[in-house]
Amino acid sequence: MDTLIKLLKQNSRLSDAQLAAMTGKTEAEIKAAIEQLEADGVIKGYSVILDEEKAEKDVVTAIIELKVTPQAGCGFDQIAKTIMMYEEVSAVTLMSGGYDLAVTVTSSSLKDIALFVAQRLSGIDGVLSTTTHFVLKRYKEKGFIIDEEETDERQFVSP
Amino acid sequence: MDYDKILSDKIVNIKPSGIRKFFDIASKKKSVISLGVGEPDFPTPWSVRRAAINVLERKRTTYTANPGLEELRTEISRKIKRTLGVDYENNEIIVTVGGSEAIDLAIRSVVNPGDEVLIVEPCFVCYAPIVELSHGIPVPLETKMENEFKLTADILKEKITDKTKLLILPYPNNPTGAVMTKEDLEPIAEILRDTNIVVMSDEIYSDLTYGMKHFSIVQLDGMKERTILVNGFSKAYAMTGWRLGYVSGPFPIIKQMLKLHQYAIMCSPTVSQWAGVEALRNCDDEVEKMVKEYDTRRRLLVKEFNRMGLECFEPEGAFYVFPCIKSTGLSSEEFCSRLVEEYDVAIVPGNAFGESGEGFVRVSYAYSINHLVEALKRIEEFLNKLKSEK
Repeated sequence: MDTLIKLLKQNSRLSDAQLAAMTGKTEAEIKAAIEQLEADGVIKGYSVILDEEKAEKDVVTAIIELKVTPQAGCGFDQIAKTIMMYEEVSAVTLMSGGYDLAVTVTSSSLKDIALFVAQRLSGIDGVLSTTTHFVLKRYKEKGFIIDEEETDERQFVSP
Repeated sequence: MDYDKILSDKIVNIKPSGIRKFFDIASKKKSVISLGVGEPDFPTPWSVRRAAINVLERKRTTYTANPGLEELRTEISRKIKRTLGVDYENNEIIVTVGGSEAIDLAIRSVVNPGDEVLIVEPCFVCYAPIVELSHGIPVPLETKMENEFKLTADILKEKITDKTKLLILPYPNNPTGAVMTKEDLEPIAEILRDTNIVVMSDEIYSDLTYGMKHFSIVQLDGMKERTILVNGFSKAYAMTGWRLGYVSGPFPIIKQMLKLHQYAIMCSPTVSQWAGVEALRNCDDEVEKMVKEYDTRRRLLVKEFNRMGLECFEPEGAFYVFPCIKSTGLSSEEFCSRLVEEYDVAIVPGNAFGESGEGFVRVSYAYSINHLVEALKRIEEFLNKLKSEK
């Protein structure tokens, strides 16, 4: 199972036949295993890793640090769940350390994000402070190098 | 200056490696992706690199003793003990500049002019030229796919003469990926026991076996006294550029090899030697991780080539598959030339590893899964084109 997940993380477009070959299982077993992972909610979905600049889209991403007051009974969950419902929000994580929630927001302009922070996030009950960091450049994401092609310094052919 | 007159006839008559020729074609095209390398795609384990940096920071950059650091030879001795269960004293071990130097020392130390050297083929490219430079006579022992590229007693017996000095036994094998089990080696040892033939067992890929543990001919009764064991750090620990290998064997042979080593090389690179100590002490887990990853890729290639109609026997060692391309009607060189010219994939023709490799190609899986998948796609397109031409 670990090998299967590892392979899918590297390339979720591998066919059942290829996955079966690599793991020494049958195609039917692979199909069943993936369906099980999906049914159990282990696999949440399949996405694509883009170089946004090359995709020629105006995308601005910010990571916003939030300090919040935990609420009685539900801690940080309630606020996190409120925030994650916004369409602009692509990720919400509870953090250890100097702040509580890290919110990743994606939009088409700087101004949109500024407005989102000012009007939506800061207004939520329990939010004490926000610090907004804009992403300037991506180098690597989910194990894939974004900024440049990974170079293979080995000779083309060697004995 | 008439250079034709000054050069040694021996070296002039040595053929350049068939791989080199292919490298020249492949490196001219920018869009080429390669499945042609004989070295790991993994970086050297971090702790090994760290150890080397420490050595530099502590200015440990002097020569070492000719046969290598005492610490490293002790670790090598322990490694051989824990993997093969065979004992070597430190003075029966020389640390060399890669497995290559170990091979050179072994051949040059035992071959006299006119001696015949039996070489299992297909095989790594350097054995026959070194034998020729030593004025020996290379005698190929051709292995076949129907025997899973193993050396059989029949092939061996047929080629032994009263001039036979040395048997070169390269398993796990580059380029075929074949291995020899204990059962396969017993009949070979049986033939050799009553002779004066020395075995050079090149076990550079011994840590890279799949679903089975490597077995060495030196483990069999009566074989240690006639076996020279060659190994190194390049393949198992992903340390090709460090140029670090070793040879172990009976003291009377090692003693002579050491002379050659001390006059030609002096000692292996000191930084690499200390890095090797770290590799042998602390990197078994790293090797295991790499082996697991290679195994995944190996399964993919074997299955895909067979599905595409290129018969491919299942290799159990090294990081190569050796599919048969005879069904295409092309020679190995034609197949590889057209593949790189028309579909931008570089692989190595089987005949670069000896005549018996004709009809096969060597495909390395020292590449990421995504790289392999893309290359396989192109190879399949090429095969479809070949079919449509028929």
